Amino acid sequence: MDFGPHLILAILEGAVGASVLALTALGLSLVFGVMRVVNVAHGEFFMLGAVIAWFVATTIAGHPAVGFLAALVIAPLIAGGIAVVVDRLVLKQVTYDPEATIVGTIGVLYILQQSALMIYGPEARPVEPPFSHRIALPWIEWGENGLGFYFPWGLSTTSYKLFVIVAAITILLTFWLVMSRTRIGLIMRATQLDRETALAFGIPVQRVYSIVFGFGAALAALAAVLIVPIQQAHYLMGHDPLLLSFIVVIIGGLGSVRGTVVAALLIGMSDGIISVFLSPTLSKIIATLLVALVLVFRPQGLYGKKMA
Amino acid sequence: MTLDARSVALHLGLLAVLVVLGFLLPTYHQGNLARILVLATYAIGYNVLFGYTGLLSLGHAMFFAAGMYGAGLAMHLGGWPVLPALLLGLISAAALSAVVAMLALRTIGVAFMIVTLMFAQAVYLTALYLGEWTGGDEGFVIAQATRQIAGYALTEPLTRYFAALSIFAVALLITARMMQMPFGRVLIGVRENEERTQMLGYDVFRHKLLAVIISGTIAGAAGATYAILFGYVGATFASVQYSIFPLLWVLLGGMGTTIGPLIGVAFMFYLIDYASGVTNAYMLIAGATLVLLTLFARAGIVGEIRNRWVPWLP
Repeated sequence: MDFGPHLILAILEGAVGASVLALTALGLSLVFGVMRVVNVAHGEFFMLGAVIAWFVATTIAGHPAVGFLAALVIAPLIAGGIAVVVDRLVLKQVTYDPEATIVGTIGVLYILQQSALMIYGPEARPVEPPFSHRIALPWIEWGENGLGFYFPWGLSTTSYKLFVIVAAITILLTFWLVMSRTRIGLIMRATQLDRETALAFGIPVQRVYSIVFGFGAALAALAAVLIVPIQQAHYLMGHDPLLLSFIVVIIGGLGSVRGTVVAALLIGMSDGIISVFLSPTLSKIIATLLVALVLVFRPQGLYGKKMA
Repeated sequence: MTLDARSVALHLGLLAVLVVLGFLLPTYHQGNLARILVLATYAIGYNVLFGYTGLLSLGHAMFFAAGMYGAGLAMHLGGWPVLPALLLGLISAAALSAVVAMLALRTIGVAFMIVTLMFAQAVYLTALYLGEWTGGDEGFVIAQATRQIAGYALTEPLTRYFAALSIFAVALLITARMMQMPFGRVLIGVRENEERTQMLGYDVFRHKLLAVIISGTIAGAAGATYAILFGYVGATFASVQYSIFPLLWVLLGGMGTTIGPLIGVAFMFYLIDYASGVTNAYMLIAGATLVLLTLFARAGIVGEIRNRWVPWLP
């Protein structure tokens, strides 16, 4: 393949990664923005989404689309429910103290991960995509008959990958509508802006915290259900999304939703593109070092405010 | 001076008990205790920063790994003898911690944790990337023949035990003494109230910088010793898990206590040792312990004992 088609392919792969990353990181960013809690167990909620999707898809017989649609609803609900329990049992008890919540969520990380190992096992298992048509992509080039289309071998994607991108955009738009146009969105934003005043105005801040924490986890689980037909479900799969989400949230500015989405596109796309051309380990080293330096020298990120 | 005398008696008494245990214990537990002592040295290093200075690092595995690779690679590839290799391990860890400290200490709170986590991740990935020399995930084994000092084979259980005990004793006594000197008192001042310490005229940044370097170098000494005594070096020791472990140990044993790290490591070591016989999901124990500690016993074992019964515990 020539450089041009190769690049197109890399951009497509990057876009799929970026879509899923945007959803995952949005959950982390929302939780940090509203609750000022760094949820180190966020990646495990992602893993839970994928593992639950596998359980649902294998339990429900019939066309793979039925199981997939069921997973799309059930997995975020269960993951969100578990997150609400974690909020009530752990985070609330330590009164959302920053250090204690970090240590506590590290504990939750291992509890969820190791429970998955016990129940689901150490194997990586695939989930069948609801539909998957190979779509060959055209490429323009000067040929013998002048400018013309042709279909280079290997330049193709699947309809499912395109679906992931569309689905992610739809979810992001819905999220934005909920945050900016509905009452629950207003309440969340009020809590984020000023916890005490919100409390004085009769907003049940504790319940908002539980909902936000559950909602953040559900977003991660939803992202995982979307990606699990492309990747496989594994009990250790939460590690990379966690680090990438951290990177995205830091680059985008902590607590800034707009920044998170922009940074997810930036990081997801460049991660996809760079790892086609460079060794993935090397690109990860560069990315983590860059992020550490961003935090050191520009802690407010692209859009956010300085964090305490 | 009674306070001092009690503290001296406690530390020397503990070391005396450990010496006697070395002769009494069966080989299996003697090997375990040797490992515990080296890991406790790592925890002591972590405690200097977390327990006394109040800075929570999520990346101490990079210092442990710097010591481990510094010493391990020198012996494995360079054929160096043990003591120069140990020294190189110490220098690597000190250098890395100085660089990391200069950068990471520009941030505070949550940002400090994430910056240290990111730097440690970069070190871990570098160890994987340089797999040609480091062996990546699989690591490498240091030849038995090179692991000896002046004819004493460190592979022999009793010698190895006393080598581990020596490094532990040095770390324990240095930190116990340090915390009684003005320098250590200022570190505690930084932990309790950074602004007030600054207003009293102390150079807070310099104290924090030295705390990171001392903490990182002790962690590196533990890593180098681990490589030399047990003959194995691998990237697992640089992974996030090994940054979480010292946090767990120190929280469990009691942050800001001199003997807490040893108690925490010993407790956790045997708990995980027992759990891994029952299930392969033994890290579940670590997770549950972390959550329970955050919820119910923030002071840890020794800390709770100090709060309830023995207020003079160092």
